[in-house]
Amino acid sequence: MAQIENEIRQLKDEVVNMWTLVRSQLQKAKSAILNFDKDLAREVVVREKRVNSYELKIDRDCENMFALRTPVAIDLRFVLAILKINNNLERIGDIAEGISKLVIYSENPFSEELLVRSNVLDMLDVSFSILDDALASFENENTILARSIFKRDEFLNEINIGLVDFTKEYLDEHPEEITELLYIFSIIRKVERIGDQVKNIAEEIIFYVEAKVLKHHYKKE
Amino acid sequence: MESTIIKTVNYNSYFGDNHVVKSVNIEIPRNNVIAIMGPSGCGKTTFLRGINRMHELIPGAHAEGQVLLNGEDVMVLHPIMVRLKIGMVFQRPNPFPNLSIYDNVIAGYKLNGIKLPKAERDQIVEESLTKVALWNEVKDSLNKKGTFLSGGQQQRLCIARAVAMQPEVLLFDEPTSALDPISTATVEDLFIELKNNYTLIIVTHNMQQAARVSNRTAFFYMGELVEFDETNQMFTNPKDKRTQNYITGRFS
Repeated sequence: MAQIENEIRQLKDEVVNMWTLVRSQLQKAKSAILNFDKDLAREVVVREKRVNSYELKIDRDCENMFALRTPVAIDLRFVLAILKINNNLERIGDIAEGISKLVIYSENPFSEELLVRSNVLDMLDVSFSILDDALASFENENTILARSIFKRDEFLNEINIGLVDFTKEYLDEHPEEITELLYIFSIIRKVERIGDQVKNIAEEIIFYVEAKVLKHHYKKE
Repeated sequence: MESTIIKTVNYNSYFGDNHVVKSVNIEIPRNNVIAIMGPSGCGKTTFLRGINRMHELIPGAHAEGQVLLNGEDVMVLHPIMVRLKIGMVFQRPNPFPNLSIYDNVIAGYKLNGIKLPKAERDQIVEESLTKVALWNEVKDSLNKKGTFLSGGQQQRLCIARAVAMQPEVLLFDEPTSALDPISTATVEDLFIELKNNYTLIIVTHNMQQAARVSNRTAFFYMGELVEFDETNQMFTNPKDKRTQNYITGRFS
């Protein structure tokens, strides 16, 4: 096996590890919302430093690949894609941290009705599902799976679009929950951005495997 | 639309029964730098030497098919005429050791019995050495032996010798493999300059050199031309799996 293949394998493993960590951060953020678990939310904030360390390590490894291995063709596309996926994953880590901080700031737990009617938990579940599928498509170079992510990202966008109407409606019915509602409002805005990040990751996977640039064009496809 | 300067049609070459270059069809556009790469023994140097009929100088070697220079079949032209139009520079700098720098540049004329007035000779020497960015370095020592120069300067002198004959095409067979990185960089810069006046075809083992200097790259494997495309395309998204395996170092 060529040396560069070993290094690409190692780089891929590092990204998968970072992916798993970010996934677990997001899962904990969801549990923190659901159970109003501030300790768990604090754990996410503390562990965000590990996500950042991963990002720096992967950046440095990509830099070394360029400097020492001068990758070309699929190897070049792989390293370019990794640089961007790394950045997208780190942003998802930031979002998990941001959600957790909102749980910490909230004085009262979120009512079951608020959680159900706002769809925030469904949105988080869709985020997990596309994040997991993006990981599987990355590991198996499966671009059909990567393409399936675009459609599901639109579900997150739709909920986000209806957010202002929902907020007005819910506020009319439950003015006493205004603070919690505003926190959930902010959380939904953040979860919507996870969809954008995962969509970017899917585009990078397609670029790496098929050498096609879908950025700004995936709807046409 | 770029015009084609060299075109081969079903070009094959052999060493005895050994079929080394197999049915190569390629069209090389004028004023480009073309890199030819491929593993050892893939036929790239043999192909290069076929373009100006150097291949047939080897006992037992022969070629079939056509090599067209501006539409004219070089196989039916006089070999000397072909080599005046298509110059060649080799792996190791090979200035004539007993000739001065000046005489090295003008050697093509002398060896072919072409007599020129001194003023015209002076002009050719100055122009040729200027084109290879050597004039300022050697203008005060034109009577010194060519071998007095450094390796990189000697190679540029050999390029000046080829350029002096006013060819249309210049062939290079691994022209920097015997040079240090600084001299290599100087010669590579020169390729980019020379492209304005000539078409350059360079056989190289150094893939990064192919990427740095050429507009188009041809990949040869086991005597076949596997892929010929724009260099940036070849190095980002080659079409053929064999090309990808070679340039990414996965060839076994």
